[in-house]
Amino acid sequence: MERDQIRETLRDFMGDNYLFGDTDRLPADEESLLEKGVVDSTGILELIEFLEDRFGIEVAESETVFENLGSIGGLTRFVLAKTGATQPVG
Amino acid sequence: MTTASQDLDEAVPGTQQASVDSDPFALDLDAEVARITTMLRDYLGRSRRKGATVALSGGIDSSVVAALCVEALGAKRVFGIHMPERDSSEDTLGFSTMVSDALGIDSVVEDITPILQAAGCYERRDAAIRMVCPDYGPDHLSKIVLPSVVDSESLRLYSVVVQAPDGTTTRHRLTTESYLGIVAATNFKQRARRMVEYYHADRLNYVVTGTPNRLEYDQGFFVKLGDGAADVKPIAHLYKTQVYALAEHLGVPEAIRTRPSTTDTYSLPQSQEEFYFSLPWNLMDICLHGKNTGRPIEQVAAAAGLTPDQVQRVWGDIDQKRTTTAYLHLPPQLVEPVEEIGRGIGRG
Repeated sequence: MERDQIRETLRDFMGDNYLFGDTDRLPADEESLLEKGVVDSTGILELIEFLEDRFGIEVAESETVFENLGSIGGLTRFVLAKTGATQPVG
Repeated sequence: MTTASQDLDEAVPGTQQASVDSDPFALDLDAEVARITTMLRDYLGRSRRKGATVALSGGIDSSVVAALCVEALGAKRVFGIHMPERDSSEDTLGFSTMVSDALGIDSVVEDITPILQAAGCYERRDAAIRMVCPDYGPDHLSKIVLPSVVDSESLRLYSVVVQAPDGTTTRHRLTTESYLGIVAATNFKQRARRMVEYYHADRLNYVVTGTPNRLEYDQGFFVKLGDGAADVKPIAHLYKTQVYALAEHLGVPEAIRTRPSTTDTYSLPQSQEEFYFSLPWNLMDICLHGKNTGRPIEQVAAAAGLTPDQVQRVWGDIDQKRTTTAYLHLPPQLVEPVEEIGRGIGRG
């Protein structure tokens, strides 16, 4: 899956699952999903399950860091790394 | 008074600072007792109620609230309720009755285990745990834990720690469904307690007191319509350090003042910082106070014995909890205000 496709899949999930379709509230790619109030501790659990189900990856405990999961940009890079050639953080 | 924060020298907003003490948590204890007891008497007068109930857990907060109610209303107008259940620590009742005895108040023991069994609390919780630990059974013990925010940059994900009958302990990361299921089932405990407490308050024509301290109130460490439901919350503005100081001032038994804080909610012993807060309460107090008063992070770090990066993570966690739990504080949302309602209780 290409970078843009991953990004759009993540944005669709967040808009639908966390914002009830109010996609105007989606933060910019490098803004914090936690600080912007999009996800909380339960939301992070949901996000991990979404990543594992949708992209067929396994998120290890050491990978549950802000750099990987805290923003749309970070998530996109993380999924790319887990499914492609680049190296994930953690 | 116990505090490790001599580096911070600003008074808590809304409280009175002792003039010779640079301790940020210093209170004029007599004045603070007078302020709280005046509020309690005023509220009872306006609500036309005759006294106050206090759910006694044997912990510091409910003990101080009970002592403040006795100061405000006299022992005869304060009613204590001890509500242990199957998972309560064996010494819970001993500590809570020590408080009611010391204060000379009437009290009742209400074991809420049958209510919880009837509601399916234990069965539902165990079923939720089995989603991540299939072998979990009635003979197992458990608790929910969070990793430390101070020691790691990982996002905090809940796990359940399970102890098998042979003593073997395992940890399992929770899924959304299992986490929410365990919390939802466990919340029956706080809600059952409030249901019983309001029964006694209604029959006595008393008000129900809530016992959160400032840390718990600020960080949403309560169950909505459970322990979060109350008519008055007399210590919600006080840091836990200050609650301990009041406890000593009011003569709360030393055994209560020296016990470690516990949630007493899960079948395995669980500290509050294991389940919710980032740090032990005395360090949380320092970090929360420093954040609230805009102290430089280096100063707060020095006072707490942490690095600035660690304090930054704690502050981030404080913000996140405020965001996550904001709805717990809100009244039900209406489409538009009903102007005739919600003006508070009058003085007439």
